[in-house]
Formats: sequence, C-alpha cells, structure tokens
Amino acid sequence: MARTRDESSPLFAGNAAGTLRLIVYLALAVVLMVLDHRNGWLWRVRYATAAVVEPVYRLAGLPAAGVRAVSVTFADRQRLTEQNQRLREDLLLANAKLNRMAAVAEQNQRLKELLDTQHSLNLNVQLARVIGVDLGAYRYELTLNMGARDGVRSGQPVIDARGVMGQVKEVLPTTSMVMLITDPSHAIPVVIERTGLRTVAYGSRDGAELSLPNIPQAADVRAGDKLLTSGLGGRFPPGFPVGEVRSVAPSASGMFLMAMARPSADLDRSEDVLLLHDQAEPDGPPAPVTPMGPPRDLAPAASASAAAPPAASGVRR
Amino acid sequence: MNRQRLSLWWFVGTLVFALLSMLVPLPGALEPFKPYWPALFLLYWSLESEDRVTLGLAFMVGLAADLLNGVVLGEQALRLIALVFIALRFRSRLRFFPMWQQALAVLALLLNDRILLLIVRVLAGASLPPASWWISPFVGAALWPFLFLLLDDLRARLRIQ
Repeated sequence: MARTRDESSPLFAGNAAGTLRLIVYLALAVVLMVLDHRNGWLWRVRYATAAVVEPVYRLAGLPAAGVRAVSVTFADRQRLTEQNQRLREDLLLANAKLNRMAAVAEQNQRLKELLDTQHSLNLNVQLARVIGVDLGAYRYELTLNMGARDGVRSGQPVIDARGVMGQVKEVLPTTSMVMLITDPSHAIPVVIERTGLRTVAYGSRDGAELSLPNIPQAADVRAGDKLLTSGLGGRFPPGFPVGEVRSVAPSASGMFLMAMARPSADLDRSEDVLLLHDQAEPDGPPAPVTPMGPPRDLAPAASASAAAPPAASGVRR
Repeated sequence: MNRQRLSLWWFVGTLVFALLSMLVPLPGALEPFKPYWPALFLLYWSLESEDRVTLGLAFMVGLAADLLNGVVLGEQALRLIALVFIALRFRSRLRFFPMWQQALAVLALLLNDRILLLIVRVLAGASLPPASWWISPFVGAALWPFLFLLLDDLRARLRIQ
C-alpha cells in the first residue's frame, strides 16, 4: 500500500487544528464529567440504554459462567463426593442448631409479644445470582441478575450465608449494582458481640478489610471479637455477622484505637446472595404524625359540621 | 467494496471485543494484572490506520466504556482522547520504532493514562488506590508486541487494511 504522504501526517511537527480539536474534546469530556458528578446523569442514561447495556453484561459474564460450568463438569468425582459429604454434614449441623433455635425463637416471639414490640425473626428474602462482570478492580461492586422488575430497590441489604455483603446501590431494569461493605466510601454501624460496644466499620483502601477507626481508648476490643450489625441507622437489620477483628492498634492521631476486621461474608467468592426485603425498622425518631385537629367531640357543637368534613375521619389512626 | 466493508466490520469488531474484555472478570489473584484493553486496541488502530482513528472516535469509544463501566461519564473518554492524541502526534515515529522501543512507548502512554485516571478520581473524591493498581500498565506494555503481531497477522490473513 503506497500512501500519499501529505502534510496531514507530518514526521515531527504537529498541526494547530489537531491541538484545537484535542482541547475541544478534552473540554467536552471535562464538562461531561463535572455535570455527571453533580447531577448523576449517568444512571439515567444507563437506565434508558439498559436494553443495550444489560445484554453486554450478560455476554461479558459468559466466560466466568462458562469456567464455572466447566469446573463442575470436569471436577473429579472424588472432590464432588467430598463436597457433597461436607454439605450434608453442614446441613445436619445447621438443622440440629435450627431445631434448638426454634424453641428459643418461639420463646423470644412470645416474650416480644408480651413486650408489644414488632420485631420478627422471620426473613423476607430474595435469592439473586452474581453476574461475573468486572467494573474496575478499584471499585468495590457486584452486579446481580435481579433489577427493578424483580422488585429490587436501592438501599436493600445484601447478605450471603456468612454475613453482610453490602447494599444495593443502583438498580437497572433487570440487573442491579451492589456496593460492598469494603468500599472505602461505605460505612456500616456495628456492635461488638462480646462487649456490646457500638461503633462504625468503614471499608478500607485495599478492599479486603474493614477498618474501625474510632474506638475509645479505654474500650475492651481484642483480636477475634465478632462484629454484628447494630441496626442503628435503620438500613441494616440488627444481628447479622459483619466481620471479625484481626488487629487493634492506636490510631495515627493517638486519640482512638483503630481495629482492622475481616468481613465474614465471602465477598469475592459468593455466587448466590440474598436480598433482604424487609428494611429494618428505623431506630430514629418516629415518623411525623399527619397533623390532625383536636378530637371531634371536643369541638363546639355548632361549628363541628362546618369545621371537620367527614373525609377527615379517614386520616385518624 | 465487499472487502472494504469486511475491513470496517473487523475494525469495529476489535473495538467491541476490547470493550467486552474490559468487562470480563479474572480470578481474584490475577485481577490487578488486567491490562486496559480499549487503550491497547485503539493504540494499534491509531498506528496502523490513522484515517479511521480520530479524536471523535476515541471520544465515542470512551463514552461507551463509561456507560458500561458505570464510572463518571467522560472519564474514560478523557483518557482515551489524551492517549490517541499523543499516539497520532508521534505516529510516524512510533511506527518505525523497533518492537521493544514501541513497547516502552506504550508503557509510557499507559502510565500517563493511569496518572490521568488517578487525577480524575482524586478530584472526584475517591481514595488513593493500592500499589497493585500500578501493575496493569506494565502488563499492557509486555503484551503489546504479541497483540500487535497477532492483529497484524490476522489482518494480513484476511487481506484487509
């Protein structure tokens, strides 16, 4: 191929038009980024183009699913038998524990009814599958195969068999993104099981651990302590395992103790996860009551029919 | 005519393939080693067929990648524009470099790309990435000769430009 070498392909010097175009495009990209960062357009665009984006995710997830299928197909019998045996034992153990727990749960329920609280031990969950899509190693996210059409809402807690994994961050029609608890910009209120100390667990930079940077100096925290969700803040229901403390050291400022914890959930290995449907009851102040007038029987008899229309009685609880 | 169309499909196909491989996950231990595929493929095409690769194309590919990755809209567009601009500016020289020198140039381009990304992320308020985050450009540069020869060979076999 003989190409005509003209001035559009100079050996050394660049042309001004190219630089100008570069500046225009760079400015365009920067403007887009700023607008998107401020307004969060991307998710609206993504939602609108979901018909294109989601098949691409499914397609990109195929190799991972294929590898999984192949590993099951070619796994030797020995290993499958062993695995099966182990799962059976686990099930037996879990069932035994459940049976013991059932009586306790019933008792708990009765006591709670006596105390007139609404907490229930039943879980309303939905099983979802992780789609193997890499959204950048530097972002701590999972993609699930359930979306708005399956009733997934943003903010729902996501758990696996061992503990809390994260919460739903964004929802597309048939897929959704989960923010993991190890995301540096994620925080989850926890309670230390042994002592009942309440604190907050943040994600960490390397994405494999949790950090608890503000534990009081005098607090009793040791490696091996289990962390449970405290239920404060109302996003995560109380009592789910979050992690296990690995190390405790004075923080850089010297004002607090800083603990590092390992998440209990298999963040990078879970294939099936559970979406919790019942949001925890918010522990904050109660929702404001819809404003009502004084009870009708207190109203002066003459103006009662004029002041309180009959429709208002439907509001009363 | 048909050959022209075939070569256009081949061009578009490689770019789509690059976007897809960006999304395909690797086993956890290999994760930091994953090269930035769209950059490598765009680099190849900007060296080999500069009349097709323009800043506008880089912008569109970047936007598509942003849409798929769910990062801030325009982030990868910015990185790819910068990359393609430098590649096109030094195209005539890069083409005649021996392979090892070309790979070094690619390494410099990819490192520059990572620095740009770091600036954007830090400005957007993200925390600093772990050290393993810097491995990817080196893997990309190490793969470059193989990718270049493979694509060149395929192009020769298909007899398309």
